Amino acid sequence: MSRDYDVGKGDSVHAGKPVTVDRYTAGARINHWITATSLVLLALSGLALFHPRLFFLSGFFGGGPLTRIIHPWIGVVLFFSFLGLFVRFWKANLWRRDDGTWLARIRDVLTAHDERLPEVGKYNAGQKLVFWSMSILIVVLITSGVVIWDQYFFALTTIEQKRWAVLIHSMAAILAISVWIIHVYAAIWVRGTIRAMTRGSVTGGWAWRHHRKWLRELVAKASKDKSGRTPAE
Amino acid sequence: MFPPVPNPTTQLKSPKFGEHDLIRRSASTVTPPAQRQSEVAKLIDVSKCIGCKACQTACIEWNDTHPEVGVNTGIYENPHDLTPDMFTLMRFTEWENPETNNLEWLIRKDGCMHCEDPGCLKACPAPGAIVQYSNGIVDFVHENCIGCGYCIKGCPFNIPRISEVDHTAYKCTLCSDRVAVGQGPACAKACPTQAIVFGTKEEMKQHAQGRITDLKSRGFANAGLYDPPGVGGTHVMYVLHHADKPEIYAGLPSNPRISPVVEAWKGVTKYAGLAVIGLAAATGFMHYLVAGPNRVSQGDEEAAERLAGEERRP
Repeated sequence: MSRDYDVGKGDSVHAGKPVTVDRYTAGARINHWITATSLVLLALSGLALFHPRLFFLSGFFGGGPLTRIIHPWIGVVLFFSFLGLFVRFWKANLWRRDDGTWLARIRDVLTAHDERLPEVGKYNAGQKLVFWSMSILIVVLITSGVVIWDQYFFALTTIEQKRWAVLIHSMAAILAISVWIIHVYAAIWVRGTIRAMTRGSVTGGWAWRHHRKWLRELVAKASKDKSGRTPAE
Repeated sequence: MFPPVPNPTTQLKSPKFGEHDLIRRSASTVTPPAQRQSEVAKLIDVSKCIGCKACQTACIEWNDTHPEVGVNTGIYENPHDLTPDMFTLMRFTEWENPETNNLEWLIRKDGCMHCEDPGCLKACPAPGAIVQYSNGIVDFVHENCIGCGYCIKGCPFNIPRISEVDHTAYKCTLCSDRVAVGQGPACAKACPTQAIVFGTKEEMKQHAQGRITDLKSRGFANAGLYDPPGVGGTHVMYVLHHADKPEIYAGLPSNPRISPVVEAWKGVTKYAGLAVIGLAAATGFMHYLVAGPNRVSQGDEEAAERLAGEERRP
């Protein structure tokens, strides 16, 4: 049974002690960190304009007017950068039947009883939710953001539309920041994860514990490539 | 006739109000002064306006703005809309009164209404870019303005305009600099028919009552004062001969208020938003304290080695 869409370009297993598994190519990692940097800068500059108590954050960007100028441009960078991530990762994030089971056992997830969970492919249901909610939120943010980018697009919409856009933009931003917090926390909490996005690989044990189905597929693929025959599954 | 503000003396006068008289300051909290100055108001009697545009000229002159020379598109308005260089604008409406079948030429001097509850100030994210003095004047402080255009979204009257030159917002100041030294606004000074008068808000209301009585005696049964309560009243008021239908005066809103969308954005969203973000962070922190890190065990590594080894066997 082929589940090749779960295996990304460049994913492969290297035997040894411990086993290492390549998870992200250099391109994917650079793409990710451009997105991450833009998102952090957007959150800081956006919060400066969102709440008076946070206006001091505009100091990081050279003051209020520069914050107003730079924020939408960083948004454009983020949009295209995230588009790159989307093209790379959407296939592996398609929702599968097992994801519902995983999500139903969220208590076991949070108490680290990974052994009670169904075997997970390249991404678990939580990661998929982060991926899809970010995808939707970023589309909402860029669309509503253009509507309130007065310097270039003022004439295109009515003031009433801009009022809705600014409200939707701020709510979507709050959700995006919250999703980002969950994303970062999960990476810190699940040890051995961050190296996937820095050096590009994880240990075999990490893959076995958290993404066993993905590891099995990779191993099967490796032996198939070597022997040139289909493994018995 | 309401007595015009007398000409100034040539003596240097210190301003009658300033920083210490602020009752509102955008994106900041201020301690309001113990004593509020008497509220001022400009009263525009639409029924006395002859559409001469002297007010516009006086406004340009006093504020030293340089509006572009426009083009004629067959309407009386010149320029065609308020601009960063044109803080006030005569808006002309040809209206056929269905009761009398008469054509009425309605002329309304548009500009900032100096709301008691200013939507621009509520929406503004830049500390001190919009201020409200205790006499009711709402003023833009350009050195604090960041040019985001939130005031445009907050304003129920569609007044502020962003300059494409310095990217800050402009509107009528009610000639706060003139009022500070005991003068009336430049437009009121220039008005040849006293359609624009200036004084304390109480005086203006009284004066308006006299005008309304007069208009009613002339057959304008619905004559009245436009001082909309939805924005807490305004410091620029109109005497309208058809106060029951303000919208016929080039779309003057009949019940202006700060848009509920803006209220939601600057109210509940602002607080709930930070709460949601804070909650997400706090939940993560608590989870870490209670559950601790999720570590890969030696057993996991060995299982992976076995798996990789088994499948590798030819």
